[in-house]
Amino acid sequence: MLRLEYLDIRQEGFHLTANWQVAKGAKVAVIGPSGAGKSTLLMALAGFVAHTGRITWEGEDLAALSPGERPLSILFQDQNLFPHLSLAQNLGLGISPRLHLTAGDHALIETTLARVGLGGMGSRKPAQLSGGQLGRAALARALLRARPILLLDEPFAALGPALKAEMLDLVTETADETEATVLMVTHDPADARRFAELTVLVADGVAAAPVPTAALFANPPSALRDYLGA
Amino acid sequence: MASRAGPITARATATLLGLAVAALTLGSAALTAGHAADWSLGPADGAALRFTLLQAALSALVSCLLAIPLARALARRRFAGRALLIRLMAAPFLLPVVVAVLGLLAVFGRAGPVNAALVSLGLPPLSIFGLHGVVLAHVFLNLPLATRMILQGWQAIPSERFRLAIALGMPPSAQFRHLEAPMLRGVLPGALATIFLLCLTSFAVALTLGGGPSASTIELSIYQALRFEFDLGRAALLAALQFALCAAVTLATLRLTTGSVFGPGLGRPLHIPAPQGWRRWIDAVVIVLATAFLLGPLLGVTFRGLPGLAELPPGVWPALARSLAVAVGSALLASAIALTLALAVARGQGWLELTAMLPLSASGLVIGTGLFLAVHPSIQPETLALPVTLAVNAAMALPYLFRLLLPETRALLADYGRLSDSLGLSGLARLRLITLPRLARPLGFGSGLAAALSMGDLGVIALFASERSETLPLLIQRLMGAYRMEAAAGAALVLVSASFALFWAFDRWGTSRAAA
Repeated sequence: MLRLEYLDIRQEGFHLTANWQVAKGAKVAVIGPSGAGKSTLLMALAGFVAHTGRITWEGEDLAALSPGERPLSILFQDQNLFPHLSLAQNLGLGISPRLHLTAGDHALIETTLARVGLGGMGSRKPAQLSGGQLGRAALARALLRARPILLLDEPFAALGPALKAEMLDLVTETADETEATVLMVTHDPADARRFAELTVLVADGVAAAPVPTAALFANPPSALRDYLGA
Repeated sequence: MASRAGPITARATATLLGLAVAALTLGSAALTAGHAADWSLGPADGAALRFTLLQAALSALVSCLLAIPLARALARRRFAGRALLIRLMAAPFLLPVVVAVLGLLAVFGRAGPVNAALVSLGLPPLSIFGLHGVVLAHVFLNLPLATRMILQGWQAIPSERFRLAIALGMPPSAQFRHLEAPMLRGVLPGALATIFLLCLTSFAVALTLGGGPSASTIELSIYQALRFEFDLGRAALLAALQFALCAAVTLATLRLTTGSVFGPGLGRPLHIPAPQGWRRWIDAVVIVLATAFLLGPLLGVTFRGLPGLAELPPGVWPALARSLAVAVGSALLASAIALTLALAVARGQGWLELTAMLPLSASGLVIGTGLFLAVHPSIQPETLALPVTLAVNAAMALPYLFRLLLPETRALLADYGRLSDSLGLSGLARLRLITLPRLARPLGFGSGLAAALSMGDLGVIALFASERSETLPLLIQRLMGAYRMEAAAGAALVLVSASFALFWAFDRWGTSRAAA
């Protein structure tokens, strides 16, 4: 279970609180107006933003853990791959941050690449890939890391609708397989409906407790109505 | 948080290095101030101060005035060899000063082609010694720097502005008033101050072309006081004076070198038609004259040096080996310090930025005098000649390297810092896998620069060295002093080849590592 206990993030001209929990394996969309703090919430979970209150996973406080030690993988909006390393090396960092890879590791990397539709492309550099392929590669690394939590900070925002739907299905598939808890930032209600049974609304300085996605959109609170323009 | 501020050991290392750099520069200044005999300047010291200021002001002024038409011609004309010429403009910065002086002597000296032409026209010959010579050499060394700074200003004017001006039918004079003059007002103070500062600390030029009571810089007077008169009190006083002067000018320079005065353009590669007619001819003449002025001395030293290669004294090869060792050592040391400090500053230890720039305000001879005073009389100075030269050269190269690395380090951290943290990349693995490959290009270029600067340095080594520990530039200076000009030119060819080869090797490492 992922718990946020009286989480409180203060930055200049910005304030966000959260006090809720999600069950292991849940898929949660994080939605809200831009600037409200969706990304900041994920960055706090990943260990990049100072805060008060506690974040715990299965009862363990994450405060003492550096970003790399936390039980999570994160996909940023962009720059998820190092441009000077090959795809195989970028994935290899998910197995060993020192890139000390065995022959078995290389084989595993190759099968993982094939699983996300990038078979045989291990020696390519990120610059030689399309936007969709970059997203697949980043997901493949998250698969290899197999951490229990997956944070997605709109990594597919730049993709067209069809490609984005395809990526979301891939996320669902990999999350189901690794039984990962997923928090996904999005500004598109369709993404939330397609992907997540639960949705967190971030608005007016509060990340509200997750509620069932269908019910939220059926009867939106006023902050969500303003955002949707409905 | 640990992840934001960086690991504790990295922070502590950076802090220690910053303190060491500060101790070397400020400590030397304090030591010289403490040893100053008394605070009254003798007549010779006053003359040195006046000459230093005069030659630096003239050098900066002439360099920048000549650079304006040259930069404009390069900015608006496209011709075969333009890129090569602009790249050549970087060469004098890497050129050992003694080599430049030998080249200028070959062209402008008593028996050189310029004076031969003057005499055949019935005009009096030029003397290259004294104020003329010092300013000439400084213009030769700094005209390219001024041109590059002003050219950058020209290229920073968004091409959309020129397109608009042309679309509105502005004649070239109005374009100058509305676009080019504001740019020059923004760029020139920084260029003038930078060159003024560089010429303030000029030692090798004054040593070879100046001299005598009427043409001695403060830097040269420090050397003479320490080396020939053994007047420690006077050397210390002059060094303290030099430090105060440089610190003041450095502060002014940092204030004056500002960013672009224009908003951003869209970076469109627009073709802006350059004015035709007589302006075209002016530009052509400017480019030809500048090329001749910059290439002439290089060709001169080559033609004189080739026969000189046959009569190289045997001391050349051990001196070359010492120079190479010092240059490689100081380049590696400077790169390691600059990288550590740049990473620390990018991670928020902002005060270290000032520390990295501190060596700008201390000249090599000021630090050298400080170190001399620190070890005197317990250690023989000449036993420390090479380590001291290595350390001082590394310190002098640090500001340039740091400036090169800082923006790239900031970008690296902004683009990939969180990704690296989230994947648990830290310590040596992060250095090897991310930092070095991503920063290889500026690191290679910067350490090449540091190596070439150190290779050609004729400064602090002159304070400490005996014949047994002399570097190649010092040997060349000694040959010149003995009027063995051919041998000196031959050794200069060896020096300049080694300098450029060293720069090329470092830069090459950088570009090949940064293949992505």
